[in-house]
Amino acid sequence: MRMSIVEALREAIRGEMARDERVFCIGEDIGIPGGYGGAFTVTLGLEKLFPERIIDTPISEAAIFGMACGAALMGLRPIADVQYGDFLLCAADQIIDNIAKLRFMSGGKLKLPLVMRAPVGATGRGAQHAQSLESYFLSCPGIKIVAPATAYDAMGLLRSAVRDEDPVLIFEHKLLYGSKGLRAETGGLDASSEIPEGDFTVPIGRAAVRREGRDVTLIGHLLMMHHCLQAAERLEAEGVSCEVIDPRTLWPLDMSTIFASVRKTGRVVLAEESPKQGGVGAELAAQIAEAIPDCLLAPISRVAAPNTPAPFAPALEKLYVPQPERIAEAARRLVREY
Amino acid sequence: MSKTAKTTAADSSEILRELGPQKALAMYRTMREIREFEERIRFLFLEGKMPGTVHQYIGQEACAVGVCTALAPEDVIASTHRPHGHAIARGLPLGSIMAELYGRSTGCCRGKGGSMHLGDPDRGMLPAIAIVGGNLPVVAGMALAFKLRGEKRVAVSFFGDGASNEGTFHEALNAAAVYALPALFVCENNLYGASTAYRRVSKVQDVAARAAAYGMRSAIADGMDVFAVFAAARQAVELARTGQGPTLLELKTFRLCGHSRRDPNNYMSKQEKEHWAARDPLPACERLLAQAGFLSEADQARIQAEVEASVQQAIREGQQAPEPAPEELYQGLYASMEVPR
Repeated sequence: MRMSIVEALREAIRGEMARDERVFCIGEDIGIPGGYGGAFTVTLGLEKLFPERIIDTPISEAAIFGMACGAALMGLRPIADVQYGDFLLCAADQIIDNIAKLRFMSGGKLKLPLVMRAPVGATGRGAQHAQSLESYFLSCPGIKIVAPATAYDAMGLLRSAVRDEDPVLIFEHKLLYGSKGLRAETGGLDASSEIPEGDFTVPIGRAAVRREGRDVTLIGHLLMMHHCLQAAERLEAEGVSCEVIDPRTLWPLDMSTIFASVRKTGRVVLAEESPKQGGVGAELAAQIAEAIPDCLLAPISRVAAPNTPAPFAPALEKLYVPQPERIAEAARRLVREY
Repeated sequence: MSKTAKTTAADSSEILRELGPQKALAMYRTMREIREFEERIRFLFLEGKMPGTVHQYIGQEACAVGVCTALAPEDVIASTHRPHGHAIARGLPLGSIMAELYGRSTGCCRGKGGSMHLGDPDRGMLPAIAIVGGNLPVVAGMALAFKLRGEKRVAVSFFGDGASNEGTFHEALNAAAVYALPALFVCENNLYGASTAYRRVSKVQDVAARAAAYGMRSAIADGMDVFAVFAAARQAVELARTGQGPTLLELKTFRLCGHSRRDPNNYMSKQEKEHWAARDPLPACERLLAQAGFLSEADQARIQAEVEASVQQAIREGQQAPEPAPEELYQGLYASMEVPR
């Protein structure tokens, strides 16, 4: 059955709640009758199936994540979400100081099995509903971070996240959801997948090779994975063979899959939607340069947003978010010059 | 307790009689233990024999002991950067607390927490959360878990007057009231957030008054009277346990010591210090116990000697405990994977 990311997430949450009564959802506007089922309809209708376990909250992000933390400490398995990833910063202390650290501070006695969901991506809403926050949380030991770019991965990773014994932060991209009706996103991409029957999962910490190639490795997550694939298609027509890797999990990174690809191609382009300064690409580049410098035929190339907030003007936003052509040009240059 | 109610001194002697000598003396002994513990480690710090920093509980002993006496073993408390008193009142072994202060692997947090993160989940105390106001949403979440599972347990947050001006206070109290959670929010109003007097940063001096804004029950009790604290806490805990929602309990108290090590409290007036020193909760408790005929001078001397011996023993245990092995740095972070290196 073909599903969008929104449908896959909804079905995965429904299934996990049916399978395990410790699982519950907590967030803003997630189960109001006549409402949206969360900002992008992920939990739409679940309140009818689980009236006690879809908990609508005040607009209180610190309370949402703090309560999820407390409930997880007492043995429940919360799925906490924010309408926009940017709002995670209102709860940053609860996430970074409590959720990520309490197990460590307890000497390993406590467990925090909880899931945090956050939509990211610049989508015509200006600077405060646009950020890709992955790099902020990538520097925080104690949480796992996943970023599904397809409906199959969304379903498999959400199941893995709910069943994990540690806190997992899921970044979802607004342009990839496939939300319908009044909550549909203009300019969205098709990230739907054929969803098999049965209880499959996608393991946390495993990257996917989306396309095999010889000359250059393109690495991108969420929207950038799709842009990398589009860039690879253009380059194929020009005789350049690209391998495309979707990290899928940003922490722990699956460096062995990435190293294997870079060993093969010797060239790497890192694409991300957040600003280049201190970004995901910086971490990937450093790990590649530290571990396998001799395998590189060319300098590592980063294609990222400029070191600015996201602009509103559609003309500028299109420049802000790395487009397939920018990724293709970076790859072309590596192949041409090295 | 639908309105803010102050427990009076007359109530305390009644409560004391109801408690009986055994339980009342146990409360007194725990307060003595906290005082002795704090005074001893103050010197260990000043002598440079202890690592880190320390926020001491001298003067506030009645708060922790009064509240914790009202709890059941299955209840859970969360504390602050000033957690020594709560840890002792909750029954963590003194040796495991002392070892934690020394950063040893036998400490209650295996040396990973230290003074500001004392706790032991096996004894109903989270590792203390040392960001001001940081524990309130977590306590609401623990109470939510109890409510969702239909358990008759209560979650307790200890915090200070300073936390009442954090956003988390507002978010957590509102949410706890909305969901009628089995929680108790205990504000130990010691009149100072570090060096800043509460009157300088708040127009309303009763933190309890804020409960009205959330439709929450509140109470004020004398935080220097352990029996008054116990009575107020017991009522709030009973209401929470029987599904009648949370309470904001404000305890009027005072820190008879610095905010942290080497703080001489020069921001407090001599008059203010003297006023509160005269209300020291330990002599106050002794007077009440003596009036009730529960405590003779000989008893008092014996208890003091026993407490001194147990704190001495804890110091020895702490000092002799092994340092954590280097490998422990990488342990206890993730439950399901190794730390990527």
